[in-house]
Amino acid sequence: MHELLQPGSERKQLLLGNEAIVRGALEGGVRFVAAYPGTPSSEIIDRFYQLAPEAQIYVEYSVNEKVSMETVAAAALSGVKSLCAMKHVGLNVAADAFMTLAYVGVKAGMVIVVADDPFLHSSQNEQDNRFYAKMAGVPMLEPATPEEAKAMTLEALALSEKYQMPCMLRTTTRVNHCRGPVALGDLPGNGSPPRGTFTKDPFNLVVIPMVGRKLRLALLEKLSRLQAEAEQSPLNFTVGEGKWGIITSGVSYLYVRDAVRDLGLEQRVKVLKLGFTFPQPRAVMRNFLRGLTRVLVVEELEPFLEETVRIVAQESGLRVLVGGKGDELIPKAFELDAAKVKRAMSNFFGVSYQSPEVFSIPQLPQRPPNLCPGCPHRATYYSVRKIFGDDAIYPTDIGCYTLGILPPLRMADFLICMGSSVATAGGFSKVLDRPVVAFIGDSTFFHAGLTGLVNAVSHDHRFLLVVLDNGTTAMTGHQPHPAVELTPQGKVQPKVNLENIIRGCGVARLATVNPLQVKKTQDVLQDLREHMHEPGVSVLISKSPCPLFENRMLSRKQKVVFEVDASCDLCKKCLEEVGCPAFVWEQPAAGASRIRINAALCSGCSVCAQMCKSIKPRRLDDSKGGNQ
Amino acid sequence: MARETRAFDAVRIFFTGVGGQGTLLATRLVGEAALAEGISVTMSEIHGMAQRGGVVESSVVIGNAFSPTIPDGEADILMAFEPLEALRALPKCHAQSLIIANTAPIVPFSVATGQSTYPELAALHGLIKEKVSNLMWLDAVELARKAGSERASNTVLVGVLAGSGRLPLGKSSWEEALKRTLAPRIVGINRQAFEAGYAFSRAGGV
Repeated sequence: MHELLQPGSERKQLLLGNEAIVRGALEGGVRFVAAYPGTPSSEIIDRFYQLAPEAQIYVEYSVNEKVSMETVAAAALSGVKSLCAMKHVGLNVAADAFMTLAYVGVKAGMVIVVADDPFLHSSQNEQDNRFYAKMAGVPMLEPATPEEAKAMTLEALALSEKYQMPCMLRTTTRVNHCRGPVALGDLPGNGSPPRGTFTKDPFNLVVIPMVGRKLRLALLEKLSRLQAEAEQSPLNFTVGEGKWGIITSGVSYLYVRDAVRDLGLEQRVKVLKLGFTFPQPRAVMRNFLRGLTRVLVVEELEPFLEETVRIVAQESGLRVLVGGKGDELIPKAFELDAAKVKRAMSNFFGVSYQSPEVFSIPQLPQRPPNLCPGCPHRATYYSVRKIFGDDAIYPTDIGCYTLGILPPLRMADFLICMGSSVATAGGFSKVLDRPVVAFIGDSTFFHAGLTGLVNAVSHDHRFLLVVLDNGTTAMTGHQPHPAVELTPQGKVQPKVNLENIIRGCGVARLATVNPLQVKKTQDVLQDLREHMHEPGVSVLISKSPCPLFENRMLSRKQKVVFEVDASCDLCKKCLEEVGCPAFVWEQPAAGASRIRINAALCSGCSVCAQMCKSIKPRRLDDSKGGNQ
Repeated sequence: MARETRAFDAVRIFFTGVGGQGTLLATRLVGEAALAEGISVTMSEIHGMAQRGGVVESSVVIGNAFSPTIPDGEADILMAFEPLEALRALPKCHAQSLIIANTAPIVPFSVATGQSTYPELAALHGLIKEKVSNLMWLDAVELARKAGSERASNTVLVGVLAGSGRLPLGKSSWEEALKRTLAPRIVGINRQAFEAGYAFSRAGGV
């Protein structure tokens, strides 16, 4: 039995925030889930996918967030409780659906989990998605802990059912990837696969302008009822007492509680913790502010609560000093922690706080993440640089292959978002007299690259698009995509053929190579380069499975490792041009320097041996020796 | 220097290591042991880069505290799975912290290619010891190998932590944590690794 399907019990389980959301959804009767993976939200769809057969629910990895939201909306509109989950920037992709789904609404509970990433642990920006709830007019809940994440998922479902509109559950990385004790409630009985019902109602469901106008008014009416709901919600509560106050939400609440205690201010500061943060409970805020002399608003990213607090104070004519971002007490950028909150409280309330001494350390060698040994992306980058050199512009995209930015590969010149490689390559090609070679992964291509390619073909953009086809969504943990061939059951025919799709877009030239065959790949690239003065888009599919994924799916045993023999002349090209992490430059105190391949790391891909005669294979008997 | 009135009844443990070393599993073991003991616990993990040779950091906060993360200078215990990462995480510690560090280096790529130099182990030891005297400096990989599998070096380090007496967790809670966290076929070898670390710690960390 999947651990998230255990029967309810008093004994608490240690769950990730994301697992708690899954459990909450299951306890609330969710039967339909779709998502595109994205850190820090990925474990939500991954856990659902693992337990789907057992729980008899429908789960899909959609091609992108917009598609996932639309798919889920149809199920929720048909009376099936549903959930979709995405990272913060995923909501940009889904925003078109999101904004008008708020008008049309749903029939059964629908939760939209949106995971923000303050500090950009694994993202391109740190946008504050709470503004999306406000812009769309969708109710929003913000948990602080895994336990709250589960409870609020249930509450979000209930709100969604009651108001017949989706409800947003807004988390941050420190909630998604916090692990804490969660009590498991009962699961509804296990049913058959989800079936819905649909009643035709085009003048409420088809958003032509006259329908939209009516629904706009209906949304405003729902929002005024939701305002009253937020004012009554037990998710907004007060702790402590005193003449000073703090208003906070999400994980910041935890930092505030530690800070208040560490500064010994339990009798002087009361805390308003908001869990229901859109519509913002203005009356709750007003009542809290009344009688206080100073109130600090503690929240990560933008002054979302703070601006309302200031408005409420002004409207009510309250003589209370409000502090927060505006006074640069609470930084806008990056995450908060208890120490930052203590410093802000100390400045704002005028209490003493001695920051702990922080030890300094010397400059140390960095340890950035790197493409794995045997990664086919490295081989592709090596060959493209050989043929196109430094002069070419290399727009890139989002995935493991973005790590190609690092030396020695340095194969990334521009990136803004999922799919941007293709369309920006087109733009560059129209204004620059330099070759343009764009890189995009297979999963990202399906997510947001396809439309850009059609556009490029139709406008005679002139560039080479390299589709780095490793057969999986590697960066987020090897989730499947439409062209997946490797499954736990072995190799299967892909549902969607990548080559056919690209050919169907009308590209001028299309070739497929295995990048681990270096000479062949470079010959094909040379040929494509020679044709690039002719009009049209060229596409190279560089196809070789992610070795981690392949090993997991096919449990394939490695047969060879490679070694550097005595003929090595120490030219160091292997280190300077390929950058495989299995290579080691050894400079012993006594004796000669040498280049060695760490057998424990070598994956046997053979790329290095194809560029250097001093590198030779060695057969492995059975299991590989060594370990990290 | 007087530190402000800190929550004396909470212990903050910071974990650092390199992708693939099993730091998150070790984090989980400590969390499960606290849960088994009936003590409040919260943990924070950062996922995403584990497979690609980057630094992996996590934290466990046990006792009367809310925040799952640990500000600089506030870690009571540092669990470092790699010696260079032990020094890199030193700013998390205070003078009374306990540091448990594995001495088996994993050379970063920039060092492997000769662009930078890995500090001498003795130098790393010296720089840490100068700031934090309570340091357990051990080759956990070697201890794990003797216990049956190099792969269990993460559990050796958890054993050292358990044996240090810094956590109010009984032996039976650790046993429960091993059973709850690990697949049945690897519980045995990990129990031996745990015991090796525990004994090392009890013998005074030498």
